[in-house]
Amino acid sequence: MANMLVNIFGTSPVQPLEQHVNIAYQCTKQLIPFFEAAIAGDWEKAKEHRAAVEQYEHEADNLKKEIRKHLPKSLFMPVPREDLLELLLVQDKMANRAKDVSGLVLGRKMRIPDAIAKDFLLFVQRNVDAAKQARKSVRELDELFTTGFRGAEAELVEELVEELDRIETETDQLQADLRAAIFRIESHLDPVTVIFLYRVIELTGEIADMAERVGRRLELLLSH
Amino acid sequence: MDGQLWYIGLAALFGLFMAWGIGANDVANAMATSVGSKALTIRKAILVAAVFEFLGAVLAGGAVTSTIRQGIVDSSLLADTPELLIYGMLASLLAAGCWLLIASRNGWPVSTTHSIVGAIVGFAAVGIGVEAVKWGQVVTIVMSWIVSPLTAGFIAFLIYSSVQKLILRQEDPLERAKRYVPIYMFFAAFTITLVTLLKGLKHVGLELSMTQSYLLAMAIGVLISLVGAAVIRRIEPNRKIDKKQHFYTVERVFAVLMIITACSMAFAHGSNDVANAIGPLAAVISVAKTGIVEGRSAVEVWILLLGGAGIVIGLATYGRHVIATVGERITSLTPSRGFAAELAAASTIVIASGTGIPISTTHTLVGAVLGVGMARGIDAIDLRVVGRIFVSWVVTIPAGALLAIVFFYLFKSILP
Repeated sequence: MANMLVNIFGTSPVQPLEQHVNIAYQCTKQLIPFFEAAIAGDWEKAKEHRAAVEQYEHEADNLKKEIRKHLPKSLFMPVPREDLLELLLVQDKMANRAKDVSGLVLGRKMRIPDAIAKDFLLFVQRNVDAAKQARKSVRELDELFTTGFRGAEAELVEELVEELDRIETETDQLQADLRAAIFRIESHLDPVTVIFLYRVIELTGEIADMAERVGRRLELLLSH
Repeated sequence: MDGQLWYIGLAALFGLFMAWGIGANDVANAMATSVGSKALTIRKAILVAAVFEFLGAVLAGGAVTSTIRQGIVDSSLLADTPELLIYGMLASLLAAGCWLLIASRNGWPVSTTHSIVGAIVGFAAVGIGVEAVKWGQVVTIVMSWIVSPLTAGFIAFLIYSSVQKLILRQEDPLERAKRYVPIYMFFAAFTITLVTLLKGLKHVGLELSMTQSYLLAMAIGVLISLVGAAVIRRIEPNRKIDKKQHFYTVERVFAVLMIITACSMAFAHGSNDVANAIGPLAAVISVAKTGIVEGRSAVEVWILLLGGAGIVIGLATYGRHVIATVGERITSLTPSRGFAAELAAASTIVIASGTGIPISTTHTLVGAVLGVGMARGIDAIDLRVVGRIFVSWVVTIPAGALLAIVFFYLFKSILP
């Protein structure tokens, strides 16, 4: 039997959004062992990690659809529905990029040149760190809803987002350095490989870009 | 009067049926938030509800009962045909009871109060004559159905805004909660007690002056906030679940407050809604016993007791399941938000009960919940459902009226 008091409450998007960002982060995190395996040339192992990436990406996608389904236009929320959907979208894109880049590397069995391998792994690590910081920030969403997006909690989230920005800036710098490093050795490499190396770096770097956009979205929520 | 036993027996049966329905469905709304937030176990919630519904019905339920019993139908027109009032009241009880049963089976959000008032107005206007309805009074009641959710919403907005400002948005919400929650406890206990006392407790042999009432309400308020403060002081932060700001523990502090507002809500509900079942019953009994419709005597206490008992039976037999289900599903109404809604609704309802106006407790609570929502306190409110509630609001009155008219003519032809 339905009860009117129960039905008044729409499904809260807060927990699912926090869950989604966690899945997206777990997805990007798989890139670390994936690239370690790829650099070592262990394609069997890389394949396993790529499967995990796909698994997480798929999970994130399903949850994204589920959340959208439970956010009808008739919901009255403390923040605009569009902003939450936008947040969900950029969270999801972190996972998408992880899937794209791992697919590209595995499909072409790309070897990252030894000269840049160490720097490249650091670059991946920092991108994953950005996703992790995005997760940390989004996980404050329930507290933000509790406090009505104001006061001490809002300031705390602002700090978290600032840290996220710092990490993203760092990945930009690492990305520029990597490009320069490839430029220095590209005459020794197969041209097609070089093109795709640039592409891999670009895609990986977009994880931090998306993480930063997660931060932007959170800030937008605070400004309402 | 001929058929006296028949009338009283049927009225008691229908009255109990109605009271059972109220206990089975409505009370869940008052208690479920406390169960959902784990402030109370189901067992304790039923105990609290039983005690305070009963107290509310007996101590503060008289005025609304009088309104339902003799405030809507102009009984002076019925001096020669007292049996018409009996048929009508029996028909109203049965109509409201049936409509509630149909509605809850189909999951329509309807109000017991709207059903019974619609039914009484219906049988009186059609069965007796349009002039038999005290339209002025009816307009007042219908206006109150608009005003009461708005009032509760406004109060809830203010209460929840103060919670945000004083506690949730501060650097140290836990310390703040421990400091301020006893004050809210004081207000909850003070308001409910004061309104009840000011309205008068002569019928239970307690007569207090204005000053005495204020002093007693103050004393009860202080006592409850002291006990509450002692309980709260023992709450330790949970380091495993808590983050930096201890919101999990803050909610546990509010959960203690919610026990008090749940009591208030049960009391308020008893004071207003029990009348829906026993108002018509009281009317039938008084007419059947004396044969005259101009009963000026107050509602007898045993009838209030019967209504209270009916609610408790409904609660114990069926209401516990409803409480469990509703409680599980309204977790978004955390104690800090739930208490604001409950306190606002309970105050509004008790004030209405004091003036004898039958309002819908559930709709008032819905208004209060929306008020918390307006203060950005609720993650998501489904406006479609709010719309449906307004529609049911409009549909219930003619539905109750129609059923009552049918039953009225039925009783008129088959009863002695």
